[in-house]
Amino acid sequence: MSSLMFLNAETEPFEPPGPADFDYPAIPGTGSGTFEFLGQAQMAGITKPMVQIVIAGILVFVFFYYASRKRAMVPGRLQYVGEEAYGFVRNSMGRDIIGSHDFQKFVPYLFALFFFLLFNNLMGSIPFIQFPTFSRSGMVYSLALMSWLIYNAVGIKKHGFAGYFKLQSVPAGVGGPILLLLIPLEFMSNILVRPVTLALRLFANMFAGHLLLILFALGGEYLILEQPLGYAPVGVIAWLLFIIISFLELLIQFLQAYVFVLLNAMYIQGALADEH
Amino acid sequence: MQAPTAPPVLRAAEELNPLIPHPVEIVLSIVVFAILFFAVKKFVVPSFESTFAERTTAIEGGLAAAETKQAEADAKLAELEKQLADARHEAARIREEAREQGAAIVSEMREQAQTEAARIVEHGKTQIEAERQQAVTSLRAEVGTLATTLAGRIVGESLDDDARQGRVVERFLADLEAGTPGQN
Repeated sequence: MSSLMFLNAETEPFEPPGPADFDYPAIPGTGSGTFEFLGQAQMAGITKPMVQIVIAGILVFVFFYYASRKRAMVPGRLQYVGEEAYGFVRNSMGRDIIGSHDFQKFVPYLFALFFFLLFNNLMGSIPFIQFPTFSRSGMVYSLALMSWLIYNAVGIKKHGFAGYFKLQSVPAGVGGPILLLLIPLEFMSNILVRPVTLALRLFANMFAGHLLLILFALGGEYLILEQPLGYAPVGVIAWLLFIIISFLELLIQFLQAYVFVLLNAMYIQGALADEH
Repeated sequence: MQAPTAPPVLRAAEELNPLIPHPVEIVLSIVVFAILFFAVKKFVVPSFESTFAERTTAIEGGLAAAETKQAEADAKLAELEKQLADARHEAARIREEAREQGAAIVSEMREQAQTEAARIVEHGKTQIEAERQQAVTSLRAEVGTLATTLAGRIVGESLDDDARQGRVVERFLADLEAGTPGQN
């Protein structure tokens, strides 16, 4: 920031984007002001990300409902796309990871989760919306908590409480005093850390990606409009980079949805496994 | 795009921590997902699964039908080939039989012909014998008369006397018969 200010002391200084850019005010008419939560002021009322997450949920359902409704032997275009999308989650994340014996009952969960995440992430690239819903940490926390509850519940149901924790924290084929070291480590990594990494990975990727895009957009604008003409080409380069990074973001938005669901499937598989 | 909409109140508060969640968002996210999950589980997944299953059945049924058809065709072909072989065999058998029959007929005919020929020859011989006998008889009768007439003329002596005539003819014939093997 200081280097940018250094460019021209007379114009107004560049104000870099920050967390405040993710804190949308309430949509007019739905509430006003703020309230305190965990020592931080939060907007009262319905905000843009809240509307987005509802729209994404509706879109996912409507799209797949119409794609699956016809049930033709020879699928039309819509049905084909729906079947491919469904088959992708069902086969590559459900069957191939959880295994053909148990995967079927987890398919609705993995399928709904993947497309819910994907549609919400893609909101960050759709013109005029351009905000990834899961760059709001609260949105992610509940999904990570849900994932944690599900894979642990699956494991406890299959192995019993003690059996499950033994499975998750005592590595097979290891004996002796090294267990003193390994058991806490395994317990930490399999039970405690997983929901945190799951949540932070998705949130941080969406947050950082969006922040980067704002930075390039606003930085380019500042260089072109607020600075002497000589800096304008640099601003144009910044905008070109904005476009390139937007494509990178598209990839990341897909990958983060994929990784989140893939890890869910792997955690469920690990909880169901007989030997760790 | 974000900058103009950002609230001026929070622009000043630089210390916003993005890790601290908005409580409404925590609840909203899980509620929307839960609704989506149940809707998808009830309306979308069964449709896709039944379509997949039906398609698998249809393809497997088609394959099975094709297999049955193939087997049927194979059976039919084998049957036809068997029939053809039978027919060939039958034809060969008939040919063989005909040959045998032909041979039998020929030999039978030959035998018949030989018998017939033998019979004809026999018949001819008998007839000839009979004719010869007849000729001999008539000749014997005429030769007597002719000879006596001839001898009477030569000798001038009437041999009309029956007793004498008879004796002479007898003697002549006896001579003739005795001389026949040597003169012939």
